[in-house]
Amino acid sequence: MATRTIDSATTLVPRRSLGETYFGEWLMTTDHKKIGLMYIVTGFFFFLVGGMEALLIRTQLAFPNGKVLDPQTYNEIFTMHGVTMIFLFVMPILTGFGNYVVPLMIGARDMAFPRLNAFGYWTVLFGGLFLQSSFLFGAPPDGGWFQYAPLSEMAAGCGVHAVTCTPGANADFWVLGTLLLGISSIAGSVNFVVTILKLRAPGMSINRMPLFSWMQLVTSFLLLFALPSLTAASGLLLLDRHLGTHFYQYFYGGDPLLWQHLFWSFGHPEVYILILPAFGMVSEILPVFSRKPIFGYTFIAWSGVAIGFLSFTVWAHHMFAVGLPPVAQAFFATSTTLIAIPTAVKIFNWVATVYGGKLNLKTPMLFALGFVAMFLIGGLNGAALAVVPFDYQVTDTYFVVAHIHYVLFGGTVFAIFGGIFYWFPKFTGKLLDERLGQIQFWLMLIGVNLTFFPMHLLGLFGMPRRVYTYPADLGWNDLNLMASAGAFIIGVAIMVFLYNLVYSLKVGRKSGDDPWDAFTLEWDTASPPPKYNFLELPVVRSRRPFFDKKYPEIADWKTVTH
Amino acid sequence: MRMPLFRGAKRWPLVVAGLFLSSMLLAACGENSPSILNTAGPVAQSESGVFYLILIIATVIFVGVEAWLLYSIFRYRERPGMPNPRQIHGSTRIEVLWTVIPAIILFIVLAITISGLFSVAAQPPGKALKVEVVGHQWWWEFYYPEYHITTADTMHVPVGTIVQADLYSNNVIHSFWVPQLTGKTDVIPGHDNTRWFKADKTGVYWGLCTEYCGLQHANMKFQVSVDTPDAFNTWVTSQQQAAATPPAGSLAAQGQKIFAQQCTSCHGIVGVDLKSDVDPAVACNDPNNPNAAVCKVGPNLTHFGSRDLIAGGVLTIDWSKCQPGGDLSNCALAKWLADPQGIKPGNDMNVSLTPDQIKALVAYLESLK
Repeated sequence: MATRTIDSATTLVPRRSLGETYFGEWLMTTDHKKIGLMYIVTGFFFFLVGGMEALLIRTQLAFPNGKVLDPQTYNEIFTMHGVTMIFLFVMPILTGFGNYVVPLMIGARDMAFPRLNAFGYWTVLFGGLFLQSSFLFGAPPDGGWFQYAPLSEMAAGCGVHAVTCTPGANADFWVLGTLLLGISSIAGSVNFVVTILKLRAPGMSINRMPLFSWMQLVTSFLLLFALPSLTAASGLLLLDRHLGTHFYQYFYGGDPLLWQHLFWSFGHPEVYILILPAFGMVSEILPVFSRKPIFGYTFIAWSGVAIGFLSFTVWAHHMFAVGLPPVAQAFFATSTTLIAIPTAVKIFNWVATVYGGKLNLKTPMLFALGFVAMFLIGGLNGAALAVVPFDYQVTDTYFVVAHIHYVLFGGTVFAIFGGIFYWFPKFTGKLLDERLGQIQFWLMLIGVNLTFFPMHLLGLFGMPRRVYTYPADLGWNDLNLMASAGAFIIGVAIMVFLYNLVYSLKVGRKSGDDPWDAFTLEWDTASPPPKYNFLELPVVRSRRPFFDKKYPEIADWKTVTH
Repeated sequence: MRMPLFRGAKRWPLVVAGLFLSSMLLAACGENSPSILNTAGPVAQSESGVFYLILIIATVIFVGVEAWLLYSIFRYRERPGMPNPRQIHGSTRIEVLWTVIPAIILFIVLAITISGLFSVAAQPPGKALKVEVVGHQWWWEFYYPEYHITTADTMHVPVGTIVQADLYSNNVIHSFWVPQLTGKTDVIPGHDNTRWFKADKTGVYWGLCTEYCGLQHANMKFQVSVDTPDAFNTWVTSQQQAAATPPAGSLAAQGQKIFAQQCTSCHGIVGVDLKSDVDPAVACNDPNNPNAAVCKVGPNLTHFGSRDLIAGGVLTIDWSKCQPGGDLSNCALAKWLADPQGIKPGNDMNVSLTPDQIKALVAYLESLK
């Protein structure tokens, strides 16, 4: 408090408290919309970091016997590319979209636990900075994003003839960083589960909730049940490295394979964590831009739940080559085949949504359609990997790199950009430029296919993963060059997006409350929404409450019973 | 509304066709590669056979669904005056249909998968050549217990014989993969993994380490040399001989002295009799004696002169360029001895040798046929 003196009296004059300044408002906010935006911006920043790492990888691999990166640096870069993209980009940005959009979609004022929400965000930010700070300490993680033991052990735990293993702090940064981020995800998941189950507007039964909320719900349960495996695995590794235990050290009766089982018990549900919210986004965008409801809402919702349950039964399909008994391999082949069925059903439902519609081919829709097209490829090559004898040949080769990037880039990232173009007007009140969006979409589509399709062939031709270079005489040169060219095209597309972002924030066209004539409740309020979201409780009588409000003669509740 | 950049309906099919054709062309480029489609043995054959089946099914599904998607996009894109579409919410009948039909297709593929994995797992009865395959960081050792010989980088096997590769590691996890002969099996410390295969054609086939194992995972290749039975027996016999002794006073004899001073701590003494060859599965894997001096860091070089590869396949030697007393500027071995860290950074070999020492060593190693 400042004082001023008038005459001989002293009065107290209040200064603005920190929470009332622009900076302080963001620092101390518990508003789900601000927190959601912070998650999205932070996540996108890490996307750029991971993207630079990808470009470094592709530059090193563009030509045989590359000398751009030495082996240690390459191993650090490919490890951090995976860690950054998964833990610091996709998971936070999907949480961010969930944070912003889900309370609005279900007609709520905020998330159930606003302060826990803020805690979750700041943990991501500091966890991410902690992980990235490992570069400054000269010890970024270098054991792959999956950090297999015993390579991740200290030298003593690796066997005397092991070379180096991980004597430095690299693995410790990985363990502590992922633990921090896990804490954030658990906080977020608890929040989502309670919010979605308890804070829906009256009339919005769980059967009428938007599919994006459904997928966030399933994802949150997956996180809650999968992260403990990672925590256990990492905790045991930390103990091995620093407290003299021998969980993964075969010389002392431990077993390296324990790491793989624990890690993949997290790792497999994790990949569904990375894709289910994207499924949700696409299930929101396609109906609005086809001017008809989603085809087979119940089936899509329940297939999401089925995928959630089944995802805990398939983990060893990442381990077909480790020498499990054939009966065990047959079990995991069966469970993996089962999980393909609900995924296929979703794809058919999406195409059936588009079929017979009146398609508005704006950028959000292009990305959603691109998602369907690319995810189909990723699903097909994934189903191929489930064929165990074939997997014996192509696992740990570039064929798998093709698979993961078709589902994660052609899938999740396309959905994220669809979500960005779709909800940007709601967040900011302005539209992103449509022409630039189209250019970005086509560049990305071409880039993704040029980069990742050749990798199928590289895997078939024998190129292993995680190699810092390759010889010139094994016939892999042209395909690698093509992949590197594609990666730079993607880079150009991202730059187009960044320009679009800055340009539209400054002089973008005003969007109004409902630029897309959408169906769900988040559009039934201002763009951007006021702090309290809704002045009055929304009326919900069907799955498309806003559609019903705008078109009462053909409202859903008049034509169908949900 | 007219999309500013997208005109004409023909672009999509062109893109798809282009991708397909180029992949065909590129498939032809796999000729030099250790390609899984260029099989030389029954295990790889059954694994690749199933690939072609998957390819056909996946192509049919891909073309079908993408065509349906593209048709929907073109047929139903918004045009002026287009009426609002029927608000269809779903159809239980269609849902059941497109759940059951894919399930049937998938279960047929599953049946093939399970039968395939069991058949690949089961080593056929009959005599098999046992080879102990040891994954080091970052090179492969091959020990033949029946013959008491050990070698590195190149594994010789006779054509038409079942080979049983017993996989050992005393350091980190590696993976044993010879694409043209068999799918991979990981080499896990403490686990008794075994991979059987058979080669039906003579030839030399590349093998690769396919589990990230640290700094030089990229340079941990090996070769499987499939020989005629006679050639194989000749090879075994020559490997069983004591090491050649270079004539006194020759360049090779100088090399022998340098070797004894600088190289034996990692590479061991060049073998003089069979008993000194130690079974690495025992020597390098004994939890009760992890410091066993018999387990060497580097490969045994008793018959190095008969090999083509150095250091995990990072270099191939053309011995005609490495003749003693000749010009060694194109000799891969000389390059390696001059700067092993430059060629394979981080590997365990740290030496500084003068050019004269290198000449002597090359002469000595060349004589160790």
